[in-house]
Amino acid sequence: MATKIGVAAPSPGDEKPRVSLSKEEVMRYSRHLIMPEVGMDGQLKLKQAKVLCIGTGGLGAPLGLYLAAAGVGRIGLVDFDVVDSTNLQRQVLFGTSDVGKPKIQAAADRLRNLNPDIQIDTFEAHLSSENALDIMKDYDIVVDGTDNFPTRYLVNDACVILGKPNVYGSIFRFEGQITIFGYPDGPCYRCLYPEPPPPGLVPSCAEGGVLGVLPGIVGTIQAAETLKLIIGKGEPLVGRLLLFDALAMKFRELKLRKNPDCPVCGTHPTQTKLIDYAEFCGIRGEEAPVAATNVPEITPRDLKTRLDRGDDLYILDVREPHEYQICNLDGHLIPLGELARRVNELDSSREIVAHCRSGKRSAEAVEFLQKAGFRKIWNLKGGILAWSDEVDPSVPKY
Amino acid sequence: MAVKVIIPTPLRAYAGKQESVEVQAKTVAEALAALTGTFGELKKHLFSDDGRLRSFVNVYVNDEDIRYLQKDQTQVREGDTISIVPSIAGGSRI
Repeated sequence: MATKIGVAAPSPGDEKPRVSLSKEEVMRYSRHLIMPEVGMDGQLKLKQAKVLCIGTGGLGAPLGLYLAAAGVGRIGLVDFDVVDSTNLQRQVLFGTSDVGKPKIQAAADRLRNLNPDIQIDTFEAHLSSENALDIMKDYDIVVDGTDNFPTRYLVNDACVILGKPNVYGSIFRFEGQITIFGYPDGPCYRCLYPEPPPPGLVPSCAEGGVLGVLPGIVGTIQAAETLKLIIGKGEPLVGRLLLFDALAMKFRELKLRKNPDCPVCGTHPTQTKLIDYAEFCGIRGEEAPVAATNVPEITPRDLKTRLDRGDDLYILDVREPHEYQICNLDGHLIPLGELARRVNELDSSREIVAHCRSGKRSAEAVEFLQKAGFRKIWNLKGGILAWSDEVDPSVPKY
Repeated sequence: MAVKVIIPTPLRAYAGKQESVEVQAKTVAEALAALTGTFGELKKHLFSDDGRLRSFVNVYVNDEDIRYLQKDQTQVREGDTISIVPSIAGGSRI
């Protein structure tokens, strides 16, 4: 009797249609098939798995690539963004010819080219309380590759409500965190962080940046954890927070516990529906977060007028030395973190204009200096970016 | 007791750019007080105005979350590591 290739042995009472691998798939996945940890059973589980990848950027790139390469049968991609050149330093799903295209389209094209046998679903949308449950409901596992707090809380809550594991990864500069939330009896994101930081309090990525390869490492670990969940092998990062420091090249692990009083996943949850996450995170509607302070400002145009007039203004640059090297207004550089220690370098009898890249850090500097007794101090509205836009386009933006 | 406090990247600018600081302390509260005593600017990032640890900052002694131990009264022993772990979200400029 002819043997069918790659058919899962039916279990008693099993009514699901039998999934099998074609001869080409057996060839493609041969390196999986010859490993006892994966084997035919594992590969067929991958083929039947449905994974939703939220975000196709720094984390989403290696994630999408490795899930597609592994033969995950159905991959959903959620992203509303457009490829721009600053993405190419780390978002390796895209190429220079994709700049200007919707990320979701470029991502789907690339993944379909890598593996034409799998199904790629695209959702060119902002994930929100209105659509999250609908988008997520058909998938088995959700992988969080997003880049902001409101969406992280949304994804978490939706996964808990729907009972789906959430493979979480996040990055900052050269550090990463990876864990699995939403696993049965495991913690959720709110167990770890009940509340987000208010906008403007945690240093923003304007002064952070990110080592391009870092999301590559963290996203690949997320892919590994997703594959392990699907094939049911190895120890998943449930209840374990993996911390990675790329500069020291060290991994550490912390224990994560499920909080029995967690409002979302605890024994008596008080929040059983999705909420307004922008409001939860202190961001109202589509506005950019308001600076924490109300400081006196000067626009780039007004500053230019005053400088051209010969006014004796002292320009204080509160950015980091490496930013000064990219472009500067010939200001006196005191990075914000050093201002308290070096305030005696400033002469409070002079008129001082503080600036940074976008105006946020310098607003903090002005507030600090006002409290220290400085009276003639202004924040350059919009920072050196606005100066480039409104006064001198030859100044590079970054 | 000499304990090492690991400073997470987002807060290193306020701790003299150091990735870890050695302090003398018998409890987590003492260790954090010693830390913010030396690095005053760290205080507002770790503590709210009423003196409580901010809810988006978690503190661990070795690999255990202090919320499940004795919170800031958790005792520390010679050579313990205190980790400060703030929530990070990724690359967005929000």
